[in-house]
Amino acid sequence: MTGLVADSAALARKDLLLELRARETLPAMLLFVVTALVVFHFALPADVSDRAAGGLLWVAIVFTALLGLTRAFVAEREQGLLDALVLTPCDRAAIWIGKALAVLAFLVAAEIVALPAYALFFTDLDAAAIAGVALADLGICSVGTLVAAMAVAGRARELLLPLLFLPLAIPIVVGGVGATVGDDPAKSLAFLALYDAIFAILCFASFEYVVTE
Amino acid sequence: MLSCAAAVLVLLGLGLALLWAPEDADQGISQKIFYVHVPVALTAYAGFGWAAWKALRLLWTGDERYDLESYTAVHIGTIFGVLTLVTGSIWAKVSWGVWWSWSERQLVLFLILFLFYSAYFMLRYSLDPGPRRQRSSAVYALFGVVLIPISFLAIRLAEDLIHPVVFTREGPQMSDSMFATFCVCLAGMLALAAALYRVELTGKRIDERIRELRELLATEPARQPVLTEVRS
Amino acid sequence: MSTGEKYLAAAYLVVFGAVLLYLVIISLKVTRLERDLAELTELARRQRAPGG
Repeated sequence: MTGLVADSAALARKDLLLELRARETLPAMLLFVVTALVVFHFALPADVSDRAAGGLLWVAIVFTALLGLTRAFVAEREQGLLDALVLTPCDRAAIWIGKALAVLAFLVAAEIVALPAYALFFTDLDAAAIAGVALADLGICSVGTLVAAMAVAGRARELLLPLLFLPLAIPIVVGGVGATVGDDPAKSLAFLALYDAIFAILCFASFEYVVTE
Repeated sequence: MLSCAAAVLVLLGLGLALLWAPEDADQGISQKIFYVHVPVALTAYAGFGWAAWKALRLLWTGDERYDLESYTAVHIGTIFGVLTLVTGSIWAKVSWGVWWSWSERQLVLFLILFLFYSAYFMLRYSLDPGPRRQRSSAVYALFGVVLIPISFLAIRLAEDLIHPVVFTREGPQMSDSMFATFCVCLAGMLALAAALYRVELTGKRIDERIRELRELLATEPARQPVLTEVRS
Repeated sequence: MSTGEKYLAAAYLVVFGAVLLYLVIISLKVTRLERDLAELTELARRQRAPGG
């Protein structure tokens, strides 16, 4: 078990260091999410409720996450490193955990900018909303990383990833919006936790089959 | 034989539904769409479940055979899923005058599943044939079956918190004759799906073998040219 | 025919139509497979002939 944790941490650190040096993905995600929020302001009619704006926050989050996920395996693919990665003497699941952690880090970093921006442009977010974002992030990153690994092996991977990811993200959006603008946030948060638990287990168990030949 | 059973059951179900089952007091004759819509929906679920089972077998045993079986099952499930959406839409139109209603949980669930399994085909077309494609497809098929209950919960959540239920349809208080008719229709639909599955799977396997045959013949070692003695 | 009956018929016809469409597609596939098989049999015959 300690091997798994150490390997995952090492892999995550590698991705974060690469990003720190290259500075490609994170700035793009930050800019994208703020731009998206501005577009949403113009997309919403004037008399729209706070609830509609809350919904759009989640659209912004999901699509920003997609941006990060699309870049998740790009480095490995461009340099043919995916096979080398799979050959490393570690549990395949460590690759998934490490990658998911890295994507999570990017997503959280983007949200650190996005959520205050949202509060500035639209309305305040309460604790339930933040908790919802946190839980949703876990789900997005675990499922998204697995699906990104599937897509990266094929042609038209940038097109394939959103198609594979979005139907799975629908429950996350429902939970997130419920936590943000719903009347009973606790229910939504419980649902998000359920989603996270179930899909994390599923991804953990099945990642190996997705990346090995 | 399967297709014979399917033919008999479907015809019997059709006859019972249209001619024998009593008319619903509230909805009138259009309620009878129920006898085709719900069996089709349940059959779609069965298809997806079967696909997930075959997918699990593939991942468990590594036997390639299961890949085509899982793929065919997803295909059948998707076809019946589309039929569920269409018949459900027709039913919505006749019940409430609209072709779509977000408060119809079954319909919304099938919409999500349709999107999900359509992406399955995109995944298969995008990857080259081989163990990688087989395994990724299998994992995705498994995810699909987990998505079914999760999406259902999500839809209920969305209804409670955000989208108030606009239209409701009273589940028919099914009389015995209605229930019996429904069971026959369900059995018929399942048998039909199974028969279609068999046919399609056989077709795909023959396709595979012909491809293999073609390869074998193309790389047949060149025969020794017949030597003729040249005597001058 | 009342509206209800029309829609009822539509729903049943859609399912019927789908199955028939499936039949057509499978028939076309079977025809193609038959053609391919004939082609390959011919190929195999020709390969056997010179040596025989």
